[in-house]
Amino acid sequence: MNLRGKKVIALGERDGVPGPAVAECASRAGAEVVLTLTACYV
Amino acid sequence: MIPRMTPNGMPAIRAVSLVLAHVPSLVRLGSKPLRALREVKDPVEYLRPHLRDWDAARTYAPNQVFIGNLGVDDLAARLVPWHRHPVAGAGRFGPDGEIMPEDEFLGLLATCDGFDLLALAGEIADRARPALDAHPVVGRESGRPAVPAGVSAAVLDERIERHKATPIVGADGKLLGAMLPGHDEDDTLTGQVLLENLACKATAALALRHLLARPGAIATSDVRYVMSCGEEAVGDRYQRGGGNVAKAVAEWAGCARATGSDVKAFCCAPMHALMLAGALVRSGLHDDVMVVAGGSLAKLGMKFQGHVKHAIPIVEDVLAGFAVHVARDDGVSPVLRLDAIGRHEVGSGSAPLAIMKALYSEPLARIGLTLLDVDRFSLELHNPEATEPAGSGNVPLNNYRTLASLAVVEKLIAREAIDEFVRTRGMPGFSPTQGHIASAIPYLAHARRGLTEGHLTRTMFAGKGSLFLGRMTQLPDGLSLVLERNSAS
Repeated sequence: MNLRGKKVIALGERDGVPGPAVAECASRAGAEVVLTLTACYV
Repeated sequence: MIPRMTPNGMPAIRAVSLVLAHVPSLVRLGSKPLRALREVKDPVEYLRPHLRDWDAARTYAPNQVFIGNLGVDDLAARLVPWHRHPVAGAGRFGPDGEIMPEDEFLGLLATCDGFDLLALAGEIADRARPALDAHPVVGRESGRPAVPAGVSAAVLDERIERHKATPIVGADGKLLGAMLPGHDEDDTLTGQVLLENLACKATAALALRHLLARPGAIATSDVRYVMSCGEEAVGDRYQRGGGNVAKAVAEWAGCARATGSDVKAFCCAPMHALMLAGALVRSGLHDDVMVVAGGSLAKLGMKFQGHVKHAIPIVEDVLAGFAVHVARDDGVSPVLRLDAIGRHEVGSGSAPLAIMKALYSEPLARIGLTLLDVDRFSLELHNPEATEPAGSGNVPLNNYRTLASLAVVEKLIAREAIDEFVRTRGMPGFSPTQGHIASAIPYLAHARRGLTEGHLTRTMFAGKGSLFLGRMTQLPDGLSLVLERNSAS
């Protein structure tokens, strides 16, 4: 998937992959991260 | 006579208690049911078919593990779903605590209310009083306040209609009581908020009394410091998280010479509190510190929609509480390795493997150990029967598999051995989804037994906190502790 130049909303999960980790990956792939959130399901 | 701790000695975990209060009538007042059922005409009627009676809650295998009547391996061997396979002969009391029925707990709540804000219906108060007075741990001889006289239905109605009291309605639709606000214009002192705070105080106090009532327990008058790490932020409009639940609990439990404070770190707070308690003991400032936490009323029924959808009982119908006595090394009790604290630091990042390393392998390496030197890991212990029907997965299993993956990365086990690692060093989740309590704590009493009377040598506890939910940081939190068999025993 080519994320360069795309806007990304990074949604993560605490016991899986947290939002900032998703955002870091998207950012390194050239995306603009516009929102980062992590959910906690417990 | 307890020997003085040596300069290099570590603090010990002298005692642990774990309690549950079965409160089906309070499920409606959990945060999720309150919000989700706002448009439902009769929420009580809606929830009724899915609420359990006390026998079902008492004989529920995870609850029996929680109070120590069943072991974690016993639970793993039982038929699932657990809610369809009750434990024959399950007792109310266990070696670690009890499962208190609702009537008694409502009476207990009333004894914890020093401002006459909670009124119980006369019938409820009259039922709760004799039962609570005869209680082996919080009976009248424990010195607690009396269960106040109940009031008429007319008085309850007036409080609700004219004074904005929060109604407490039984699963059968009867009005059981009402909680008045503590102030006319303070959102932090509404009846709902105060009921949550009171439930936290009462369950923590019940756990502390269980600890103090045991043979050989520390004398109430010798308790000098109490830390509370529950989820409620007691306060007022000028200081929302002011505190101090610990002192309120100590007062109720009759610890006249104690003071205390609250530790906040979302669900990671109990790990921080145990570490701080250990540090206070090791420093010599206090010989004994009690760490307590009460339950979260807000989290009752948190996943109820999944239970309703799948036509299974709402298993998030219990409040939990615990108390831990951290003390000088007595030569018998398991020791808390303060030289092996795992920390999620600001710079640790949020990649799952980085978090796991910070919490597990790094602290163990500091004392020359690996993951394989730990007999049992206690992580997030949320009951999967609470979370899976709601689509939240099996949280403990996911965490254990990630931990096992770390062991693979560190070349300690082969990839094919992941399942065995999870089975032998992990355990099934058996905790109600009470956040901070589910975060590693429920195994503590089992570990203490295994490290004294059993075959365990070393256990590790790791709690996680979702700090990002408070919108002040994107960071999570995490802290781990190693508990070891006493080398003198």
